[in-house]
Formats: sequence, C-alpha cells, structure tokens
Amino acid sequence: MTERRSFVPAPDRRSFIIGAAAAGGGLALGLRLPFSPAHAATSPEVNAWVAIKPDETVAVRVVRSEMGQGTLTGLAQLVAEELDCDWSKVTTEYPTPGESAARGRPWGEFMTGGSRGIRASQDYVRKGAAAARAMLIEAAAQEWKVSADECSVSNGVIAHKASGRSTTYGKVADAAAKIPVPSGVSLKDPSKWTIAGKGLKRLDTADKTTGKMIYGIDFSLPGMLHAAIKDCPVFGGRLKSFDESKIAGFKGVKKVMRVGETAVAVIADSWWRAKTALDALPIEWDEGPNARSSSESVAAWLKEGLDYAQPAVVGNSVGDARGALAKAAKTYEAVYAYPHQNHAAMEPLNATALYTDEKCEVWTGTQNGEAAFTAVMSASGLPAEKCEVHKLMLGGGFGRRGFTDYVEQAVLIAKQMPGAPIKLLWSREEDMAHGKYHPVTQCKLTASFDDKKNLTGLRLRISGQSIFSVVRPEIVKNGLDPAVFQGFAPSGDAALGYDFPNFLADHSMRNPSTPPGWWRGVNVNQNVIYLECFMDELAHEVGEDPVAFRRKFLGKSPKHLAVLNAVAERIGWERPAPKGVYRGIAVAMGYGSYVAGAAEISLSDDGAVKVRRIVAATDPGYAVNPAQIERQVAGSFVYGLSGLFYGGITIKDGRAVERNFDDYPSMRIREMPQVETIVMPSGGFWGGVGEPTICVAAPAVLNAYFAATGKRIRSAPLKNAGIAMA
Amino acid sequence: MPTISVNGQTREVEAEDDTPLLWVLRENLGLTGTKYGCGIAQCGACTVHIDGEAVRSCSVPLSEAVGKKIATIEGLAEGGVLHRVQKAWIEHDVPQCGYCQSGMIMAVVALLKEKPQPTDADIDAAITNICRCGTFQQVRAAIHAAAKA
Repeated sequence: MTERRSFVPAPDRRSFIIGAAAAGGGLALGLRLPFSPAHAATSPEVNAWVAIKPDETVAVRVVRSEMGQGTLTGLAQLVAEELDCDWSKVTTEYPTPGESAARGRPWGEFMTGGSRGIRASQDYVRKGAAAARAMLIEAAAQEWKVSADECSVSNGVIAHKASGRSTTYGKVADAAAKIPVPSGVSLKDPSKWTIAGKGLKRLDTADKTTGKMIYGIDFSLPGMLHAAIKDCPVFGGRLKSFDESKIAGFKGVKKVMRVGETAVAVIADSWWRAKTALDALPIEWDEGPNARSSSESVAAWLKEGLDYAQPAVVGNSVGDARGALAKAAKTYEAVYAYPHQNHAAMEPLNATALYTDEKCEVWTGTQNGEAAFTAVMSASGLPAEKCEVHKLMLGGGFGRRGFTDYVEQAVLIAKQMPGAPIKLLWSREEDMAHGKYHPVTQCKLTASFDDKKNLTGLRLRISGQSIFSVVRPEIVKNGLDPAVFQGFAPSGDAALGYDFPNFLADHSMRNPSTPPGWWRGVNVNQNVIYLECFMDELAHEVGEDPVAFRRKFLGKSPKHLAVLNAVAERIGWERPAPKGVYRGIAVAMGYGSYVAGAAEISLSDDGAVKVRRIVAATDPGYAVNPAQIERQVAGSFVYGLSGLFYGGITIKDGRAVERNFDDYPSMRIREMPQVETIVMPSGGFWGGVGEPTICVAAPAVLNAYFAATGKRIRSAPLKNAGIAMA
Repeated sequence: MPTISVNGQTREVEAEDDTPLLWVLRENLGLTGTKYGCGIAQCGACTVHIDGEAVRSCSVPLSEAVGKKIATIEGLAEGGVLHRVQKAWIEHDVPQCGYCQSGMIMAVVALLKEKPQPTDADIDAAITNICRCGTFQQVRAAIHAAAKA
C-alpha cells in the first residue's frame, strides 16, 4: 500500500505560510508596493472598512470573496448597520492581497470557506464600521465646535439638534480620515438592527442578468494570449515528453511548453485554437506509482480499516463504548460508504497572469486571496512587493477555489513568456480530471443494547481519507485530523448533539492517491449520513418512532432539539403522510449552526425517487440576511442531493473516470424539491450558513427511502444502485 | 472571412469554420456574457438564440451560424430597457454566483415565446440548464412572474 501514501506532499513553503496565517501567526509581509492598488480612485477612505465619496456613495471594503453565497451583501449590511449610512448608496469592493500585505494586514485573513465569510468577520467589520461612524461624527462636531455627544446620525446625515445644523458623511469624510481611530466602540444590540437581519436584495444581481458581470474567465488584457493545459491524468504521475512537431501547422499557436513537472500547455491567440492544438498533441506520461489504483482497490483497503482491531486515532470518547459492547445483550451493526465528489463549479478554473521583470500580477476568482498571492510569489520567484492578485467574481467555488494550483500554473506559463498576458483556462474535462476531491471514507457503526432494548453505547469507526493530512499536514497532530469528526466532535462548531451513555468515534487514516479537498459541507456530508441513517436504523430496530428515539438523546442539546422539533412540526410528523408519500428526518450541527431536515418522497413506477418536499430548519445564532439564508439552504440541497444521487468520482487506472456533466450529472429544475426553510436564530452565537444544511438533506431522503421501500441504502451515489431522481 | 449577424449587427470574424459559436462570440466578438461550462451541450451556460430558438452555442460550428440571426444576453435589453425576464430575475433576486444565469435567462426567453403561460411541467421539460448553486426555486418563481408581466 505504500504507493497510495506516496502522494502526500511534504509541507512546502507555500503551505507553511498559509498555515501560519490560518493559525493566526500573521504574514510577515509588511512591505510597500511600488504600484497603486486598483481601487485608488475611491477616496477618501475613512478607515480600512469604509470609503465615502463626495456623492455619498459608501464603498464597503471586504476581503472575503463572493462566489454566490451573498457574503458581500451580508457583510455590507453589517457595516451599513453600524455606520448608520444610506443602504441605497452602499457598494462593495475588494482590497487586494498586495495592499493588505503592504498595510500590515488590516483586514486579516482572506479565506472564504468553512461558512466563515460572515461569522468570522462580523466582529471586526462591525467594529470597523462603528469606528468609522464615530470618526465621521467627530469630524462634523469639530467643524461645528460642539461635542460629538450632542450629534446624532441617521442614513448618513449628521445633525446637531441644538443648533439645527446638519451635514453628510460625504462632506466630512475627508476630515474624518484624519481623526485618530477610536479605541473602544460599542456595537448595536442585534435586536435593534434595521439593515442587518433583513432579507435585503443582493448588491450584485443586476450585472448577473445582463451578461456584464466579469468573472475570471471573462477578464481580458490587450495583447492577451490563451493557454490550454493538460496535467498528467494519473495522480502523482509526471510529464515525460510531447511531440510539438505534430501540431506545427496549427493556426494561432504561439508556444508549446512544459508547466512544472507534470503538465503541458499550448499557448495560442485564442483558447479554442490552443485547446484544439493541445488535443492533437501527442503526449507521453510517466504514470508513476499509482497507475493501478482503482475505486475497488481503495474500497478494499478502506474496508480493512473498519476492523476495530486496526489502529485508529480517537476523535471523541464518552464513557466506555468498548465495555458497553462487551456487556451488550444485543448489538446492531451497519457499514456505510461515501465516494469522492468533484466540485464541478460552473465556471471552469482559470487565471490570467502577466509576468515581467518588474512584477507579476494575476487576475482570478479565488476563495483565498492571500493563498493565491503566496502562490504567485512562490511560482514567480518574486518578492511580495513585486506581486499582486486582483480578485474577480467566482462562477462558483464550493471549496475548490480555496486551492491555488491553477494560479500557480498560470504564473509558471506567464514566466516563460515575459511581457505577454496569458489567460489559462481549464477545459471541463481537465477540471474533472484534476479535482481536489471530496474525501473517500467508509464507516462502521455498532450499537449496544441491554436486555430491555435500551441503547447503552455506540461505537463508530471511520476509515479513509484525511484532507488536512495532505493539504495542511502541520494541523494533524499525532495522526488526529479533527475535521474527520465533523458532526460528532466532542465540542466546537460541529459537535455531536446526542448524549449517548457511551460513545467512541475513531479514525483509521488511509489516504489514497486522489488529492482531497473541501467540498461544500466537507465531512458533515457523509458523517451525518452515517450517524443519522444509523439512528434511523436503531429506532426501527427497537420499534420506536425516529423522532421520539432521537429526542431521548437530545436532552442536553436544546438547540439540536429545537431545530428537530421545528421540522417535525412543519412537515406534520405526528400525522400520517399522504398516501404514497414517505418521510425521513435528520438533525446535526455543522459550521456553528444547528440544522435539521425532514423530507417527503414518493416513488415512480420505475422506482425513481421524487423528492417532493424538504423542510429545513437552521439556527445560525444571528441571521444577517434571512432571504439569502433561504437561498443557501435550498441551493445546498441541490449540491448535496446531486452528489447523493448522481455524483461519485470513480477511480480507474489511477485517474478519474468521469469527464463531464454527461457522466457526472447535476440536478435540473425538474428534480428540484419544494424547499421550505425555517430560519430560527436564537441569538448569542454566530453560525455559518453556506454549508451546514447540506448534511441533513441526504440522510432525510435516505431515511424516507427506507420508509418507502424497507431498503437501506448505505452507499452513494444512488445511481450505482439503479436509483434515479424522478 | 465568415460574417455573422449578432444582436442586429453584422460582424466579420477571423475564425475557422468549425470553431464553436460560443468561442466566436466570446473570443472574436468579446461577448463574454455567454459562458463556457461543459462544451458538450449538457449544462446550457452557453445558450443563445439562433433565429429565435434557444441553442447551446458550444455545439454549433461557426459555419452553421452564418446567415442566421444570433441573439445573446447582451442584446436582450431593448433601447436600454431590460427584458421582462431580466426584470423578474432582479425582482426575485435569482442569481447566486450567477455564472449559469445568462444561459438560463436565454432559455427562459425562448420558452416564453413558445409558451407565454408555461405550466410547471412545461418549465421542467424546457429548462434543462445546470445550476450548481441551486437557484431553481427562484428561477421557477421568476419564470411565472415574467409570464404574468
């Protein structure tokens, strides 16, 4: 099995720097840039968060990326709330990573993932806005020679009631920028919010309906050339050679080049010409040590890890689950599995790079501007002050654009053609072949009962891939990747809700050659299927109602219980379902939020599943934009159920088999269930929204499938079991 | 050089006859509102109108587009006034990442031409575009709203 482990890379300079940033260590890049940031036209800047123009336009400066989740709009709402400005005049803009580095990282980290876009930024953006408000008021007060305490502000208009004077943010912004930043500011109580907490419309919709929005793929520079690329299709393989002479006469081709150790690119005056030539280019690969890896061989290897006698690292232990099993009057066991998935964001990966002796600039859609910036530094060999990344709109991210492989490739290409802007675009086939795939795991669960059918313990063994051991190995200490236990962690933002008398969850780490990555929802996707389908199995085993059975173990988790009760009530759990309709339910915590889902399905004559309705409840603590939360919840179900029914990346001969949306389908509108979202923020904490609910749809549907058919489906995708969506 | 008619304008393009229309629009004419998603007529992100019919431009060679009237998302608004489908899209705040929405909108405009008051079943049959963000509930609501507008 050594060949499978050979793909785990050693920590390199890049992952060290990113890791240090993520751990709060800070990037030591306090350098001045020789060129101006792209938004220098915006002025004056009151502080790092807010720039106000004389026409009263308020530009809210956000480093989190917009990839569809409404993060920019939500953060702008929080800023506008504390600023008390006119919402109709709010816009957003991205500071660049280069500017951030040069200014000592006033905006902190850029990472947009883990449903953290709002929850991990809310505190400092609100404080930044409150500070800007205080500075603006102080500027007016100084002009009027009165105390700031005597001034009030509403909708961006500052008033001094005693003298009847008033002015606007736009008029005092210049003066405010010169006022020292106040050290302590107080934030509004969320119950007093008037802009945040409302289902306001997104700020970026209009251009998305007219074709004007510029995504990375649309970006253009004068004289730009286009690159098409093929990386070795076998994971861990290398480029051996290519025969350039065979495409000598191809129109528009400027150059054929090696990119790093593993890839070849064709550069042409249009992407279509580059791709056409690349498809005709004879390439020889050194397929390396993984060329015989397959889904079957990996599955067999993972299955070995389910043996409780195999070494494993404990992620959560309560009481003595081993002892409970040994003493059990009866045990019940099931084995589940979940496959690789590809992100397949609608916009294929791309980046435009311009390399000169003076600097290296990149324009791209990225979920992590600083990681992209670090990739530009490392691939170009230039220092921070000679690098820059300009972020563009993402045509979907889902975790894939948190990686920077495509950015690095673009720079390596541009470096071989100094002075020429190069846009690298992956074909869909390249995107499918070189994913950072959802990790593949299996799970064995064993329940122990006493002679009165009381559950006395639950033991759970995960066998399979760890993302962090490959992507950020410095996080994995003594073999423990905490993210592997998402959904049944002892504490934190994806904690187990059930108060089992005895519980043990451990992990036999087995990393096949496929590169793993964060796929919307990450490990809650399969972990909640494992646990919530198994809970359903146990309820049926002891002859209890699945909701009542769960409630017995949620006594110490009132927020889990509240969302479970909310969906049970809305779906009408206490009443029989309509004829031919079957129900299933699931509850979990992920990304700091409490979520539950209840599904209603029916079966067509050919056995296809019609997911008719899903009721979903989410308690994210605070709901910044309930309308966008509803969209994220419904959207997450499309992503998660597409993976459950149709997804799954098959490995054969060391490479991904699926090539495009014909063999890796995604749900269409005809398959969309009616989704009813209950947003029930209970306050006092900040949970995420983009990912948590994804994990309850699949187990709710699978449990409903059991209710309908008496059959337990314990592995995905369902297409492998001949089950389609109707 | 081949000549094509796009959004009411006649344009000469320096491209091979077998170049997919999608890439002619994006690379030769700079009309980047039409998106590349799959290249095999699966996802619909590249949907445009040819003589009023919704087609997937990634799978139409330039030679087949010559002499026909092509319309893209950029040509949908008339005289600066948005099409009722675009208005409904804004009203219902449909797009998430928005990448697939040009194609989605073009498919819906063609549907409404054929069926001014589509049923849910009509929508299910005609709108087969992939949206990975999962905006389908808003898409359906906006189609019905546009039909009433």
